[in-house]
Amino acid sequence: MIALLAFYLFSAVTIVSAVAVIFARNPVHSVLWLILAFFNAAGLMLIAGAEFIALLLVIVYVGAVAVLFLFVVMMLNIDFASLRSGFTRNLPFGIILALALFAEMFIALMAWKAGPGISGAAPPPPPQPNIVMLGELLYSRYLFPFELAGLILLVAMIGAIVLTHRSRGDVRTPKVSRQLRANPEKAIKLSNPGVGEGMKL
Amino acid sequence: MISLNMYLTVAAILFVLGVLGIFLNRRNVILMLMAIELILLAVNINLVAFSAFLGDLTGQVMAMFVLTVAAAEAAIGLAILVIFFRRRGSIAVDQADRMRG
Repeated sequence: MIALLAFYLFSAVTIVSAVAVIFARNPVHSVLWLILAFFNAAGLMLIAGAEFIALLLVIVYVGAVAVLFLFVVMMLNIDFASLRSGFTRNLPFGIILALALFAEMFIALMAWKAGPGISGAAPPPPPQPNIVMLGELLYSRYLFPFELAGLILLVAMIGAIVLTHRSRGDVRTPKVSRQLRANPEKAIKLSNPGVGEGMKL
Repeated sequence: MISLNMYLTVAAILFVLGVLGIFLNRRNVILMLMAIELILLAVNINLVAFSAFLGDLTGQVMAMFVLTVAAAEAAIGLAILVIFFRRRGSIAVDQADRMRG
């Protein structure tokens, strides 16, 4: 009963905040609504028993992706009002299209029958904690895809750095080859000038 | 009692909202990226729900990979957005026609 109430609460807030993401006038508000949607989706996954994915969603999406969005929205000086020009013109056709798509999905959902693998509504209780089972699966059967996911993240990181790196002309950087060529004979000059003569460089 | 169909309905609504967001904000790339995140979130909810009701953890592993790809996509997309804004001073995608495509 509590789980059902929590499910309705989480799903209602998720859907409302997803609507607000699309329709908010200020993109900063959109990002904040997106964060709320992620939190509530994590709650939905917690009810389903997927604790690890739920916490990963909070950590990765809210902690990294949404903050990245927030940085970009706040750092770039974008005129968002002019970008909304086609919004009301597209609205009626867009809503018709969305309703048609949802009707298709809903009809498919109602016509679909669960196979013998899915036994009614109650999920079977797991023998071990979710994270233990997931870790065993991830490091044995799905080891290669797991490593590949790490490689994808590495490529994304290098790509983002290379794309946004900007070499500015007015920055003085050390010339490494010149520094490596220096030796004590050329760098230091010992001299013993007489009194009152001074040094000539 | 929570059934699988309830999860699938919520995910379908989220997916449709994401598609609607892409359709409505056709000039604003940031909102389009956020709508893509919503769509991927719907996919993740589907994967986790099927995994939970099937008693098979493969769906959750796949949800983790979807999460990874979504994070990489957001990072690269926002990097492209930043350099596009530096060059053009605007993020209107309908003006992104320098390659005459």
